[in-house]
Amino acid sequence: MSFDASSARGDLILTRITKEYGDFKAVDDLTLTIPKGSFFALLGPSGCGKTTTLRMIAGLEEPTVGSIHLGETDITTTKPYQRPINTVFQNYALFPHLTIFENIAFGLRRRGIKDVDAAVNKVLNLVELPHLAGRKPTQLSGGQQQRIALARAIVNRPALLLLDEPLGALDLKLRRQMQIELKWIQKEVGLTFVHVTHDQEEAMTMADTIAVMNEGQIEQMGSPAELYDNPETAFVANFLGQSNLIKGTISGNDGDSIIADLYGQKISLPKKRSHAVDNSIYAGIRPEKFRISLLNTPVSGNVLSGGHIEDVSYIGVSTQYQVAMPWGQELIVFEQNDDGVAPFNKGDAVNISWEPIFTFALRGDEDVTAGSEVNPEVLDEE
Amino acid sequence: MSKKVVDATIPTIPMMARFQRWFGRNLIRVYMVLAFTYLFIPVAYTFAFSFNDSGKSNLIWKGFTLDNWKNPCGAPEVCTALANSIKIGLLATIFSTILGTMIAFAIGRHKFKGRSTSNLLIFLPMATPEIVLGASLLSLFLVFKINPGFWPTVVAHVMFCISFVVVTVKARIASLDPRLEQAAMDLYANEFQTFRRVTLPLVAPGIAGAALLAFSLSFDDFIITNFNSGTVSTFPKFVYTAAARGIPAQANVIGSGMFFLALAIVIAGQFVNRRKAR
Repeated sequence: MSFDASSARGDLILTRITKEYGDFKAVDDLTLTIPKGSFFALLGPSGCGKTTTLRMIAGLEEPTVGSIHLGETDITTTKPYQRPINTVFQNYALFPHLTIFENIAFGLRRRGIKDVDAAVNKVLNLVELPHLAGRKPTQLSGGQQQRIALARAIVNRPALLLLDEPLGALDLKLRRQMQIELKWIQKEVGLTFVHVTHDQEEAMTMADTIAVMNEGQIEQMGSPAELYDNPETAFVANFLGQSNLIKGTISGNDGDSIIADLYGQKISLPKKRSHAVDNSIYAGIRPEKFRISLLNTPVSGNVLSGGHIEDVSYIGVSTQYQVAMPWGQELIVFEQNDDGVAPFNKGDAVNISWEPIFTFALRGDEDVTAGSEVNPEVLDEE
Repeated sequence: MSKKVVDATIPTIPMMARFQRWFGRNLIRVYMVLAFTYLFIPVAYTFAFSFNDSGKSNLIWKGFTLDNWKNPCGAPEVCTALANSIKIGLLATIFSTILGTMIAFAIGRHKFKGRSTSNLLIFLPMATPEIVLGASLLSLFLVFKINPGFWPTVVAHVMFCISFVVVTVKARIASLDPRLEQAAMDLYANEFQTFRRVTLPLVAPGIAGAALLAFSLSFDDFIITNFNSGTVSTFPKFVYTAAARGIPAQANVIGSGMFFLALAIVIAGQFVNRRKAR
């Protein structure tokens, strides 16, 4: 059944979506609600199913199983042109035979909107390129094309705007600038943005809510801060920034805290940050939460002693240390270069300490390398 | 210390070495001039002899005249033959372009059973010797009791032009980014609007090229036409027959005219493309 759903509005609800290509499951039993008006990011490595999910929302692919609703309206099988959803394609897909003006006017003309000129000019002003209306897409720079692609989509005032790796083709500086602009435009026009990216920094900068995808499923969903501070799986802990994951066992309780034993040294962590299912855990601490101190310096909080500085790299705002622990693991520590304390030297015997609230705990049967081997900068397209 | 005179003994390069250096630098230009000479001598010859005050046989230069250009239909039957060639050419172009474009879209865009086989079979008419095609088509027409003539010739021409159209248009379709059509659908264009507003305009240069190719193939064809046209005369048939008793200078006029027409179309095409790109 297909009908015109173009007036549908509301939250986007994906219910138990599966998409198979032959034997391969690109998306596996995915359930997801994207609230109206939010800036939502689907983040994951190449081949995690995020682009397939986006294409199903756009109507360019049909799910094998499951349903897609926009508010009350079932849009699972409606054609792309019957959905109030527009896409900013990777590499933009501007029509090369049409002028910039006609590119932007394309959607308006197809819907028979009256005042095309005013609407196009308004959106050209919004993206600050009114002087390019008469040009052809090939005469524009990458950044300009990106903005026109955005203008061509938002001029239609869709219920939902999909962005498929929209900044992937731009250089770093331009990408940073466009991240800020996109965020600003989203606030300005008040549309729901769904942004697909493999770049965790991009997702964290722009999105209100991030869903981290892996192998066709959502690993975890939440605000950037939630995901970063309280990852539920090793994949999320490693894919969003870096994590030190230390094997241990839960040895007791202390009010809202859990006491854990890491290679014979006791630490505590908040109960609400434990995702363990039994006594076996991986304790996780972000490298910038660690503090390094020499053996005779008094410290508070959780302490792991017996470390040796293995390697020191100075990187401007911070110094990165690798600290060899007695059980053979190397921990990574980022120290801000702001305290005037002389940096530690290779070979120094040190203690590592941190505030207990910065600790999270993962299941002990996790693959600690999950999400860390993929280099999101290198892998570009799915 | 006296001022030292700047070294005045610049060694004079021997003549031979200088020539070699010039030749090395200009080799590509020399080659180009030679290649174009080779390509265009026949055309230049044809053009020059269209001004020959020839009388019956146009083999020896007898003096300059504009009479042939003023009266291109002067030789008996030449314009009837030309008109037939143009009619057959236009009909063959229209049908083969429409059919060939549809086949190209089917093969280029859709997955169906027998796609790769069709892809291969499409090349077959191009690979088959024309003489064989012409002869078998004639026997085919005769089996069905269809006499050779105008329409059998058109049918034969459509048949061999289709392959060339398919190959040309398919190449254009292959270079078309499918995301453009997806973008059109995403922007509220239904299937037909997407085809008309995005696909067709983008494939159009390929279709136009294919049509020009089809016309020139049809206009040019002698072998297949000779078998299937019966008493209907075409321009190549006329020239061939006339060769026995001397080709009239009007044939040169028409030949030159066709050449300049083709040249004009190519230049106009380039001009339009350049304007579009701006």
